[in-house]
Amino acid sequence: MSQRPRVLGDDPLAVLARHRALLARPWQQRAVELGALLAMLVSTLFSIWWLDISLAQIGPGLSQLARLVALMFPPSTGGHLQLFLTSPAETLAIAFLGTLTAAVVAAPIAILAAANTTPSLLLRFLIRRVLDTTRGIHTLIWAVVFVGVVGLGPFAGILAIAVSDTGAYGKLFSEAIEATQGREPETVIASGGSSWMAVRFGLLPQVLPVIAGQVLYFFESNTRSATIIGIVGAGGIGLQLSEQIRTYNFDQVAFIVLMILVAVTIIDWISGKLRAAMIGQSARR
Amino acid sequence: MPAGVPSLPQHQLDRLLASYGREVARRRRRWLTVFLALAALVLIAGRYGEVELGNLFHHLSGLTSYFGRILPALSYANFASDVGEWYWNYFGWLKLLFDTVLIAYLGTLAGTFGAGVLAFLAADNLAPSRSLRWCVKRLLEFCRTVPDIVFALLFVSAFGLGPLAGVLAIGIHSFGTLGKLFTEVIENIDLKPVEGVRSTGGRFADAVRFGALPQILPNLASYALLRFEINVRSSSIVGFVGAGGIGQDLFVAIRKFYYSDVSAILLMIIVTVAIIDLVTERIRHRLAPVETVG
Repeated sequence: MSQRPRVLGDDPLAVLARHRALLARPWQQRAVELGALLAMLVSTLFSIWWLDISLAQIGPGLSQLARLVALMFPPSTGGHLQLFLTSPAETLAIAFLGTLTAAVVAAPIAILAAANTTPSLLLRFLIRRVLDTTRGIHTLIWAVVFVGVVGLGPFAGILAIAVSDTGAYGKLFSEAIEATQGREPETVIASGGSSWMAVRFGLLPQVLPVIAGQVLYFFESNTRSATIIGIVGAGGIGLQLSEQIRTYNFDQVAFIVLMILVAVTIIDWISGKLRAAMIGQSARR
Repeated sequence: MPAGVPSLPQHQLDRLLASYGREVARRRRRWLTVFLALAALVLIAGRYGEVELGNLFHHLSGLTSYFGRILPALSYANFASDVGEWYWNYFGWLKLLFDTVLIAYLGTLAGTFGAGVLAFLAADNLAPSRSLRWCVKRLLEFCRTVPDIVFALLFVSAFGLGPLAGVLAIGIHSFGTLGKLFTEVIENIDLKPVEGVRSTGGRFADAVRFGALPQILPNLASYALLRFEINVRSSSIVGFVGAGGIGQDLFVAIRKFYYSDVSAILLMIIVTVAIIDLVTERIRHRLAPVETVG
């Protein structure tokens, strides 16, 4: 039997000395890590200097913020309870209609943007770039544009969400379509179906659960977007929120923020349940 | 025995057909219910959302002509001078765009560090105390749920107009979203290294530094980069409420109907966002093969 080196019985420092070569990392790796940290530090300092942020701003700002937060308590409706209760409904309506419109508009566009349903490379390229552009513009920018076109109010918000989501859906749906298997539509064609039937019975059952899940997820995130588009006048609770902040009624601001928190939590919960139910359903099939 | 397609006796066939018919009818009924419910919801939402289709058709020409009008007047003959006129303020806009990117950068950095520290207190498997964990989770939830532009509005009232409000707003919102993602990453680590450190007498900080951090650093960096992409989009709009960046100029251009300026600024934003997306995507793929985009 060979003699095993005893590790634990030794003096720890001696153990460390013996294995230092194993623990040491190559200097190149250290240099890269140090360099990254240094670059981060330098770029941070540069950004602070470039943006003209002075640390002297922070002290008074924080005390002002503390005063504003103190003003928030206790939250109060300021006698606008009726208004504050209808505007979340308006927000929900904006999110719902915007999401639904986008889904309906995006479905045929997605078929045109998917590689396995649209053979024309040029058409696909053009449609994808249009989708990229609509998606790249923030919902709030669309909201400002539509307020300019159809006037103040929730309708502008619906259009803003519908347009910016059409871009996102177009991409997601077309990816879902491309991920399907080609056998089912082929089977439909082989048994004498038209290409329309191939889409209806071969493609749709495969993509519908995926699409429905995505639409629900977007409804959830759109309730968040819909709370802010009111800031530029496109309806919903954001309008009240920005009004109350601008007029320094911070007790009412607190009430509205609480209401947003509650509403978003409820919607997250509901759509979580719905999605779980849908996933269960598609798994059972 | 005769070859061919075997056929069931008639009475069995009838039974099968009847049950098939029932199944189809049941599914149709379910679809119809879903459809009717959706239609009812659309009607209700339409009332609350003040949808006026007449209004839309009335303004439809306005809408199309709007997009026609924001396009710049470019002619083939003197293309260069037309582009020069379109981008008359390109230097100022470039500076503002740079501001925008830096606001996103600082905000992301602040949010990443905050989340990187607090996520360890919120993770199920490492949290030193249950009550502290509950508090941190609620704090993260709050920061995540309140949109960044609302924080920006608030901070503009507290810190005054300027990029500081934007940086703080984006930082706090990123802190909330990244905190949740980081917590999930930490909850999925291999606990053996952590136990190893603890068994040799290491405390919480040692366990985090030597047991957990080496496992998750690439993932954290990848999520932070993803957040940076999102934050560049956000920082281009915090200017709407006066929190710095290019948003201010864009808002003014849209509101005052400086048509060609709108398209010029929008194009610059889109190109910037696209470039940043491409670069960070490259880095993310090199960092870690994270499949989920959350």
